[in-house]
Amino acid sequence: MAPTARLAAALIVIVGLALAGGSRGASAANDELVIGLSQFPSTFHPNIDPMMAKTYILGMTRRPLTAYDKDWGLVCMLCVELPTVENGLAVPETTPDGKRGVAVTFTIPEEAVWGDGEPITTEDVIFTWQIGRHPKSGVGNAEFYRSLYSIDAHDSKTFTLHFDKLTFDYNAIALSLVPEHLDRAKFADPQEYKHRTTFDTDTANAGLYFGPYLIADVVSGSHVVLEPNPKWWGAKPRFKRIMVRVVENTAALEANLLSGAIDMIAGEVGIAIDQALAFEKRHGQRFDIRYKPGLIYEHIDLNLDNPILADKRVRKALVFALDREAISRQLFEGRQPVAHSNVNPLDWVFAEEGLRYAYDPGRADRLLDEAGWSTMLDGVRHNADGAPLRFEIMTTAGNRTRELVEQVLQSQWKARGIDVRIRNEPARVFFGKTVTERRFGAMAMFAWISSPESVPRTTLHSAHIPMSENNYGGQNYTGFKNAEVDSLVERIEVELDRETRRGLWHRLQEIYVDELPVIPLYFRANAFVLPRWLAGVEPTGHQYPTTLWVETWRTAP
Amino acid sequence: MIRYLTGRLFQSLVVLAVMSFVIYALMGLMPGDPVDLMISADPDVTPADAARLRALYGLDQPVLQRYGNWLAAALSGDLGYSRTHARPVLDVLWPALGNTARLLGAALILSLAVGLPAGIVAATRPHSAIDYTINLMAFAGVSVPPFWLALLLIILFAVMLGVLPAGGIGALAGGGFWESARFAVLPVASLTLASIGGHTRYARAAMIETLRQDFIRTARAKGLSRARVVVGHALRNAMIPVVTIVALEFGYLFSGALITETVFAFPGMGKLIFDAIMGNDFNLALVALLFATALTLFGNFLADAAYVWLDPRISFRSANV
Repeated sequence: MAPTARLAAALIVIVGLALAGGSRGASAANDELVIGLSQFPSTFHPNIDPMMAKTYILGMTRRPLTAYDKDWGLVCMLCVELPTVENGLAVPETTPDGKRGVAVTFTIPEEAVWGDGEPITTEDVIFTWQIGRHPKSGVGNAEFYRSLYSIDAHDSKTFTLHFDKLTFDYNAIALSLVPEHLDRAKFADPQEYKHRTTFDTDTANAGLYFGPYLIADVVSGSHVVLEPNPKWWGAKPRFKRIMVRVVENTAALEANLLSGAIDMIAGEVGIAIDQALAFEKRHGQRFDIRYKPGLIYEHIDLNLDNPILADKRVRKALVFALDREAISRQLFEGRQPVAHSNVNPLDWVFAEEGLRYAYDPGRADRLLDEAGWSTMLDGVRHNADGAPLRFEIMTTAGNRTRELVEQVLQSQWKARGIDVRIRNEPARVFFGKTVTERRFGAMAMFAWISSPESVPRTTLHSAHIPMSENNYGGQNYTGFKNAEVDSLVERIEVELDRETRRGLWHRLQEIYVDELPVIPLYFRANAFVLPRWLAGVEPTGHQYPTTLWVETWRTAP
Repeated sequence: MIRYLTGRLFQSLVVLAVMSFVIYALMGLMPGDPVDLMISADPDVTPADAARLRALYGLDQPVLQRYGNWLAAALSGDLGYSRTHARPVLDVLWPALGNTARLLGAALILSLAVGLPAGIVAATRPHSAIDYTINLMAFAGVSVPPFWLALLLIILFAVMLGVLPAGGIGALAGGGFWESARFAVLPVASLTLASIGGHTRYARAAMIETLRQDFIRTARAKGLSRARVVVGHALRNAMIPVVTIVALEFGYLFSGALITETVFAFPGMGKLIFDAIMGNDFNLALVALLFATALTLFGNFLADAAYVWLDPRISFRSANV
């Protein structure tokens, strides 16, 4: 065959293929839903290597004991009744080594079974705890399992957890069960468990799941197919099949949405807010786009070892010089609220009457003059020794939103004579060494994600300042030391009385805003791009994903 | 011949050994480790947890010692587990390798099928309208950024016309060859369009050079037709530099096309290697890169064999020099 003829034949095949299929729109059927994510999980084991993409997918297939709902209230997910001190299911006690602990009793619903029909029992709870406690199992944050020092199994469904510390969130137990009947043998060699767990060797095994859906198929890096779990005891899910497709390039994710290859983009692991805003302008009439501000706190950590930033007046001037409301309005159309402290205004412990930093350039100038930065040379403030008021700001290179914000901050500071230079690094370098080993000279911009009423022990307590002596453990990257804050953090953790705790939280915020170890910027909003025919998706704004309530998703009437 | 093959095999093993150390050392020198990334995602991970996890993954050992451990295990046939996929390395590698080989193989064949004839036509009519047109299109193809071309194809065929899927490898329709082929059309087209230009330029340059040779003038003087001169005499000689390029692309076939794979959400080798490096997945990155190196060496060996076939003046003995 001549080359031209071969080319013609190839073109005919291509056109034929195109016409034979046509682009699939899941919405056409409405009994299938295709969700676009921008990340693929590294493992499907619920307790190893935490990742939001995994939490999102597993939310459809399994449930923690308790979770915070969309109203940020704690609810039972795999228990009959939420244990409290008031109902007697949580009882303060003294631990065998004399500490103040608590015993919390849960009962698993009688009808709760794994996807293969095996009942979910206290054996699964104990097995999950054994995995979490074992130093070689690969579980990351093992603090919970250490604190849980024993479990009493009363019968196959009821058990009591004994913790060596009585904290206010004693009943917020995000324990995600591992099926003892499938994984016990795999755990025979704990060091090899992370490689042998059924979650990764046989991911589509029904016995791993007990939610409204089961994972039916997984193609690593590409997609996950979920089908209804016939053994699920709760409300029946409406979709016959849900496919989670991973498209890491967010521009391509948008194109997939427009082409109908996916129906929705998950807010939890989807597109950035600036992209969503631009998308809304072009295609807002076709989709239901929702913005849910939440517990992702964008801020700038200030290195308090920097002699200039050690001066509180300079730190305050830096904030007074910023028009953060204008940044939120201009860049995010007001969808991402300005942060006044590390506590989200949606959190019940937020201090409504607390100190606020409004844009006040005059005050910023006065504070800088007072601090000795009063000589202006070439548009930059200098002190009496002739040193310029100059810093470096760093963030994750390639994060378009942060880079944009960074430029606006730089220009606003420049107007006050503060010379801020941008030096960004790839995320793995930035988080790998620069931030974690406090190698940033002055400012590091990034975000923390937390749960409702999350106590900032690791980020504010002086015992958590990373240094070579503690092998750079802890996340108090600013190097903040304040005895009263240390005490408040410790007291908040163990205070059960809500009103007393609220007072402690308010005092903590007062000090935080006055001392300013961190420049609060805004609370990030997740953008959910949903088809107009889909109802029941309720963004939560915290780390518990919408998929934990997937059985309420339905086609709109 | 046997001596030549033995020599090439030995050279290849040395190259692979050196590459394995270089890759491991470079990855080891990169700042940060998986535990750092874990800490940045979870502020509640304690220093004790971090130290425990580093010990568990062997990250508390010096790079040289880790490399030695890896090498000893690899020589005994254990290539280890992928940290970011929680599966044995080869289980992760094979599907990606297959996907990429199909994707890039199809693109290579198509681009050669179009690029070589186009280059030859342009070379036989230098400075003509057809030569200028082919050159213009070749330059356009070479200049177009791959991600832009990929997005353009998605917008045109998936969004506007709605006749082809925007990405992925297909699953809902139940699979099968034709379903997979539909999903491959746009990425293959994107890669083909991007590489036709290069192949056209190589073929044109090689053919022009060959057509200036004395033996071509002799063939023409003997009264052979233009087509006979080009196809029968010039083409085989002009293919030698083109074969070199294709041989180099053989390794590329298996190391993937990162941008195209990312835009089309195609789970291939390019994306796999990139993610493995960024995620500090030493085992996976190392094995995948060594695989690509080995295949590049194999491609070069095939090129040497092709030289011998294309030009009788070259022998395995001389190629070994």
